[in-house]
Amino acid sequence: MQTMTSEQLQEIKKRTTSDLSLHEGGIRAKINLHMGTCGIAAGAKKLQALILRNMEEKGIRDIRMIHSGCAGLCSREPMVTIESPGLPPVKYCDLNEEKIQEIFDRHVVNGEIVAAYALAVEEHPAEVTTREKPVLPDNVSRLNEIPFFKHQVLWALRNRGLIDAENIDEAIANDAYFGLAKVLSSMTPEQVIEEVKTSGLRGRGGAGFPTGSKWEEGRRYSSFPKYVICNGDEGDPGAFMDRSVLESDPHAVLEGMIICGFAVGAHQGYIYVRAEYPLAIQRLNVAIEKARSYGLLGKNILGSGFDFDIGIYPGAGAFVCGESTALMYSLEGKRGMPRIKPPRSTEAGLWGQPTVLNNVETFANVPAILRNGGKWFASIGTKGSKGTKVFALAGTVKNVGLVEVPMGTMLRTIVYDIGGGVSGKRKFKAIQIGGPSGACLPTSLLDTEIDFDSLDAAGAMMGSGGLVVMNDSTCMVDTARFFTDFSVDESCGKCVPCRVGMKLMLNILNRIAAGKGAMEDIGLLERLGRHIKESSHCGLGKSAPNPVLSTIRYFREEYEAHIQEKRCPALVCTDLIAFRVNADKCKMCGLCKKACPTEAITWEKKTPAVINPEKCIRCRSCIQACTFWAIE
Amino acid sequence: MSRVEAISADEWEKIDQVIAKYRGRHGSLIPVLKEGQDICGYLPKEVQRRIAAGLHLSPSQVYGVVSFYAFFTTVPRGKHIIRVCLGTACYVKGSQQILERLEQDLGLKVGGITKDRKYSLEAVRCLGCCSLAPAIVVDDDTHALVEPAEAVRIVRSYE
Repeated sequence: MQTMTSEQLQEIKKRTTSDLSLHEGGIRAKINLHMGTCGIAAGAKKLQALILRNMEEKGIRDIRMIHSGCAGLCSREPMVTIESPGLPPVKYCDLNEEKIQEIFDRHVVNGEIVAAYALAVEEHPAEVTTREKPVLPDNVSRLNEIPFFKHQVLWALRNRGLIDAENIDEAIANDAYFGLAKVLSSMTPEQVIEEVKTSGLRGRGGAGFPTGSKWEEGRRYSSFPKYVICNGDEGDPGAFMDRSVLESDPHAVLEGMIICGFAVGAHQGYIYVRAEYPLAIQRLNVAIEKARSYGLLGKNILGSGFDFDIGIYPGAGAFVCGESTALMYSLEGKRGMPRIKPPRSTEAGLWGQPTVLNNVETFANVPAILRNGGKWFASIGTKGSKGTKVFALAGTVKNVGLVEVPMGTMLRTIVYDIGGGVSGKRKFKAIQIGGPSGACLPTSLLDTEIDFDSLDAAGAMMGSGGLVVMNDSTCMVDTARFFTDFSVDESCGKCVPCRVGMKLMLNILNRIAAGKGAMEDIGLLERLGRHIKESSHCGLGKSAPNPVLSTIRYFREEYEAHIQEKRCPALVCTDLIAFRVNADKCKMCGLCKKACPTEAITWEKKTPAVINPEKCIRCRSCIQACTFWAIE
Repeated sequence: MSRVEAISADEWEKIDQVIAKYRGRHGSLIPVLKEGQDICGYLPKEVQRRIAAGLHLSPSQVYGVVSFYAFFTTVPRGKHIIRVCLGTACYVKGSQQILERLEQDLGLKVGGITKDRKYSLEAVRCLGCCSLAPAIVVDDDTHALVEPAEAVRIVRSYE
């Protein structure tokens, strides 16, 4: 292992930047394949094989192919970005093998943009200075004009889809480890903590605890060894920000952890990652190994005398391990059951020693704060929440993907401008924020600002940042039941309110969904929910009733329809559906017949469809197929 | 379930090697169980006992951990493991119906294994590919935007 100095870091940056530049590197084209989990599932590996085959067959060697992480717009994967001399970088989307072949022949070989498949062109800040400004074609949009990208501010995701995640030089060329170099060469731990406090950074894992204060507390205790833990146990269904950050920019997280270690006086860090994220684990492993070989991790980092090392610990599949004390028990090889605080983890955490635990996104924000100063970070955001927040936007929305917006952005901007509104012919009904600990918010609350405190006031929670858009075919009682079922499953069972109370709530919801509920049940759910929130030990129990309480608060009429009219307005709860075609509404299109797996539907042209109840298995395929709400 | 297959001598030896590798290290139970499960495919009682003895833990401590985490299983798994995502994004896009259709087609319940031990069916909470919802994973391959009928076809293509 060598010892690297800050000067050498600068040299690597300079060298890599010029290597990467088409002009100086003598490269015909740079093909950037976006290979996050989403891209790979959408078929990016096939495209990779095809490009390699083409290069071999045509004897082309002067192409640089890199594998970066997700570019953010997951619903348009697979995507590639191609740069060739004289042209701006072009992002192509919705690719398949035929399209990539055409792009290879026309763009890579002949230097001509294939406008038909292009999503947008970007302006390249680094290259413009070295040669004439490229002429942007008229028939392709600019990346910063596309609404999905226009409203985003990329800080934590600054390197997303830009750099080869397994190449440390590229990370360094994009300023990785320069924050660390500054810290080790010119700052005291107290100054680092002060800078983080100035930035106003709050924990991105959900609860929003001020990061600087946590570090300060961790520093105060003088019991050694101390530990730094990165929480990558992203268990919220509907959230995938941490996965994407780890897959596309692992060095930012490592750098954040080392800086934290320096600030609190720890020499060992652990990253706890969900076992469901194999690609993230692989890329982290590569990143750690490379950082060690560069002397950026291990003994005597950057010649400063400071030692810090990081280990990876894959989780074993338990949602509750996202709770900090449970996570530490899990790291110790025990059942992941939270314990009562105090003492806080900063006093007695892993193995009973002072431990500072932060979320992946929190650590990813740290290097830039140290590079640019806390004031820079605090320059955007709201009074109580500074900087940006990454959200995983999913559900029935047109543009699905990863978005990063300044704190204080309206939910409406995310759903309609960035997300492009609800997909298909359905209408917006609710937005679920914060997963099983969060809430379903209706249209009237779309003007809520993204901010820890205003979400709290709406009965929701920032959570880790899952945003699931739901349309009018989603039943709110069923949604509440879904999350309650989740919490019942994932409750560790240690304390009674959560273990028994949530089960009782689930029973009541099941009763309502089956059409056997009574009006008193609504009040009972509200009372139970309040008690569970007040008396549970950990964050899971304290927030588990939120989905039920919020749906009652904002969609009470749906509960009442289930109970009083024995009707599920969204046609989801199968016990309350007649499975009968309303001849007045039927447009006689025959889509339901095609969808039926048991041939229970008879339909002729120009006659309404009829469902045979004996053959019907109540699978709802016909309801999903029908666009006219003709099935009751 | 037909019968629990005995652990072979070769597998026992590998398990002992894993135990020896981790013995004496703090907090090594979960990694040992993971590697043990990779060797045998599941963690029957005999294996749990052996690991307990090897790491100087009580069998109840080991069972406590095995039963706590979703990753560990005490029943054998099929040749192909089908995981249907029931995360929020997949759920609102109809993954429950995929699950039900697969149960029907394969003639088993979630958590079960087919009689010929070819497939086992599991429900998982969010695979983190919400953008591709509804998603299913067969072995290591993620399949995106799956319709119930297509899910059956995909699964059957794994021989």
